[in-house]
Amino acid sequence: MAVKRTLASVVLGVVLALPAVADEDPAIAARQGQFKLFAHNFGVMGGMAQGRMDYDAEMAQTAADNLFHLTRVDQGRLWPEGTDSASTEGTRANADIWDNLDDFVSKFVALQEAVEDLQGVAGSGLDEMRAGVMAVGGACQACHEDYRDEAS
Amino acid sequence: MVNGGGMLRRVVLILVVIGLIAAGALWVLSAPRGLDSEMLAGLDGEPERGRDVFLAAGCGSCHMAPGREADPLVMSGGREFVSDFGTFYAPNISPDPEHGIGDWTQEQFITAVMRGVSPEGQHYYPAFPYTAYIRAEPQDIADLHAYMMTLPGDETASRNHDIGFPFNIRRAVGLWKTLFLQEEWVLTDDLTEEEARGRYLVEALSHCAECHTPRNMLGALDTARWMEGAPNPSGRGRIPPIAGEGFTWTAFDISAYLETGFTPEFDVVGGTMAAVVANLQQLEPAEREAIAAYLLRLRD
Repeated sequence: MAVKRTLASVVLGVVLALPAVADEDPAIAARQGQFKLFAHNFGVMGGMAQGRMDYDAEMAQTAADNLFHLTRVDQGRLWPEGTDSASTEGTRANADIWDNLDDFVSKFVALQEAVEDLQGVAGSGLDEMRAGVMAVGGACQACHEDYRDEAS
Repeated sequence: MVNGGGMLRRVVLILVVIGLIAAGALWVLSAPRGLDSEMLAGLDGEPERGRDVFLAAGCGSCHMAPGREADPLVMSGGREFVSDFGTFYAPNISPDPEHGIGDWTQEQFITAVMRGVSPEGQHYYPAFPYTAYIRAEPQDIADLHAYMMTLPGDETASRNHDIGFPFNIRRAVGLWKTLFLQEEWVLTDDLTEEEARGRYLVEALSHCAECHTPRNMLGALDTARWMEGAPNPSGRGRIPPIAGEGFTWTAFDISAYLETGFTPEFDVVGGTMAAVVANLQQLEPAEREAIAAYLLRLRD
């Protein structure tokens, strides 16, 4: 009886554990989607700053407004424990994030501030926007340097 | 019986002689070899030019102190590089005469950088990319030396590498060099002036292949898969291809990335490449365009 119960609980345990092993946490795809949206909007201004396309104040302002709101999405459910690159596939988020959450958060706050500055200047001319774009790029880079793995 | 004993003695003697020849050959092949002093005569280092060499060669990317990115010119070392052969620690190359390289002569410096031989006549491990710097112009390395002597000194002691047997036999690095240290260019086609400048930067100073080219079992670069991407030599993930079919960027994409850190999709640089961009963005635009011209030539 005891053996059967042990066996049953082991089997149940395995079954319950399976979905967690088989499916990656949807938070990973969700946060990657978020970063794609960052890049999609940042790229409008980045493209103008690099001279890939002509500066257009209205387009730049719209992209900056989008980026402002996108970087204000609450991050609370996007970074669950166990979704680091050492624990699961399909992510470049280094486990150091969870060991240094305060620093990670402060780097995200720095991004929010840089984006707010960019929003203030995006429509005011190419040179003003370019300076804001480089500052936002610097905020992205500061975090990527410490917390993102090389390409997988 | 007497004959048999003589036979045995002769076989032993032959084996001993073969053994001695082999040992002698290994000893000769593994000997540290410096540069022709002719190459080094009359070089006068110019610190201002040396700064550009310092940036292109990425010295600070490895030798700056971890956690002291605010002082990117303090070459106190200490950063660790985990590899299949053990863990290497970047040494102190600040001008401190005791813990750094402040008491080295110009000739000792150039020999270290371009041949991987220390002032004491020991081999350096090829974690130090003299395998690329061997293709540099001695004048550039003399300029680099002059510049580095202007940087702040630091008294941090260099840490010993943590390398297991047999890789901890430094003399064995000499055999490795005999097999793999190659002064010739990898891309030997006829090149335009711009492409040739790009080759100098990519293959010599900026040592791009150290991360972007896969290695064989002995840790030497596989030139047949030159710049086609590789496992990260020191950590998780892969270093992306910058040549071959997997690489589709335009010349503008490449030079813009090296200046701003933005990919064509407007992802932003990170990881070990961030320091490379931070260095190369300080050079003249023509240097980044030359790198792009060379990389596109690799794809053709």
